[in-house]
Amino acid sequence: MSTVADIVVKVRSKNAGPFWLTIDIFCGNAEAFQQVTQSLSTDRVAAALHADVAAVKRFDIDTLNVVKFSLPRPVIQGDIADRDMHGAGWAPLVAELSLN
Amino acid sequence: MTKILIPSGALGLGYDAEALARGVALKPDLIAIDGGSTDSGPSYLGRGVSKYARESTKSEWAGMMRAAHEAGCPLVIGTAGTCGTDSMVDWLLDITREVLAEDNRTAKIATLKSSQDPSVIAQTQISPLSGAPSVSAETIKSCENIVALAGAEQIAAALATGADIVIAGRTTDTAIIAAVPLRNGDHTGGAWHGAKIGECGALCATNPQSGVIMIDFDADGFTITPLADGAYATPHTVSAHMLYENSDPFILYEPGGYLDVTAATYVALDDRSVRVTGSIWHQSDSYTVKLEGARIAGFQTISIVTIRDAHYVRNVQAWCDDIIAKHAAKVQDRIGDIDFTCELRVIGQDSTLGALETRQSTLIEVGVMAIITADTQKNANTIAKLLNPYLLHHPLTKGEEQPTFAFPFSPAEIDRGAAYAFTLHHTMTLDDPMQAFRLEVHT
Repeated sequence: MSTVADIVVKVRSKNAGPFWLTIDIFCGNAEAFQQVTQSLSTDRVAAALHADVAAVKRFDIDTLNVVKFSLPRPVIQGDIADRDMHGAGWAPLVAELSLN
Repeated sequence: MTKILIPSGALGLGYDAEALARGVALKPDLIAIDGGSTDSGPSYLGRGVSKYARESTKSEWAGMMRAAHEAGCPLVIGTAGTCGTDSMVDWLLDITREVLAEDNRTAKIATLKSSQDPSVIAQTQISPLSGAPSVSAETIKSCENIVALAGAEQIAAALATGADIVIAGRTTDTAIIAAVPLRNGDHTGGAWHGAKIGECGALCATNPQSGVIMIDFDADGFTITPLADGAYATPHTVSAHMLYENSDPFILYEPGGYLDVTAATYVALDDRSVRVTGSIWHQSDSYTVKLEGARIAGFQTISIVTIRDAHYVRNVQAWCDDIIAKHAAKVQDRIGDIDFTCELRVIGQDSTLGALETRQSTLIEVGVMAIITADTQKNANTIAKLLNPYLLHHPLTKGEEQPTFAFPFSPAEIDRGAAYAFTLHHTMTLDDPMQAFRLEVHT
């Protein structure tokens, strides 16, 4: 079974300020964009991030072939329990999700 | 019409000197550079210091000062010294004077200060933004530093003094760029949108490391042009930049209103420049500025050990769990009741993601990073010292010969000093944009 990473150009996760995290899936072309939007539900992404799905904002941007998810940071940036100051490490969790 | 030259995404990141000279020859109205970011964590704001070395800052700032002098236009920096506290405005003012003295010239300098008194903010009506932690007046008062993010109005006021150089404390990334096209009557939505696209320098183009870009603002929108050899802006690279470190790629909140780029169109003018129109600015009824604060969350000592023995690598989590329990008992025995945390993060297993990690593989070796946080540095160090015998020799089973693991450093304990926490994600309403900021002119 193929994963998100198999068909897209890049998955990037970044801080959007210290309190938010944003994940951009650069699909690269309309076909990959279609596949990602159809098979990657917000529920599955929220589950992979152990996040409350109601808090996850989703943007399917067909002009860029990008799917974007934003959510309150699971741990505030730099707090004692934070493991990833720049929020870069969350991207693989989404990249490694399977495409149904 | 306004022409703004942006040397790079941040002072300290480096820029292409040849491209900057090309920009100077195009006679910009302003050179604008961002000096800050929260992206490297709360320690810089907590301590009121710069992330970048003074040497890098001085070298790059001197280059920009000379470029502005040659172009005959003002130079503006926002969020001086990473965090934009008053201490960092003074730090950059000092560097600026040093460069002027070395160049044997003078300049009119305006400083805009953004630091806020925590005890005053603790008494002020503030509103949480989405995702903000709950804070008490006591927590706010305990902040080491609080800054308010200035907008275009305060930058315009600083430029209106006739300053050659404006050194601003914390501002929004966009304010230093948007201020001049707004003052000149260019398209309002275009001024903010262009500023947002340009604030990271050439990150909105190919060859993002080259830094230098020019933005031409006009009555209908803006045109963006990267200036380094081999750097090209395309409708895709420019529009995709709205995704970057933004939770919402279409809406951007600023002091005094918000930008909506949902209807913006991006058109390639040639293979290098992109023209953008259709962005809309919505003015709000009140003028609010965002606050950032950092407080000390504790003091830390860390210790790192690596494990190569295959049996221990396979059983590293059990080894760590056992150590945590035994260490807690030992702290109780040797010190008594004391508030501390001790975490063992297994590098090679799940140190990046913790409980979110889904993968497993066979490892050759693992690192174990111990993080001890306590109320003082002395206590953190003491508690780390109590941990050391376990990291060095703890056996998985009682009967076996005493094992020894690999320490890269002596002493094994590394004091980290204070660990800071971001405290505020709030706004406060001002009657007058200058109310929370202090403008001063130095000649």
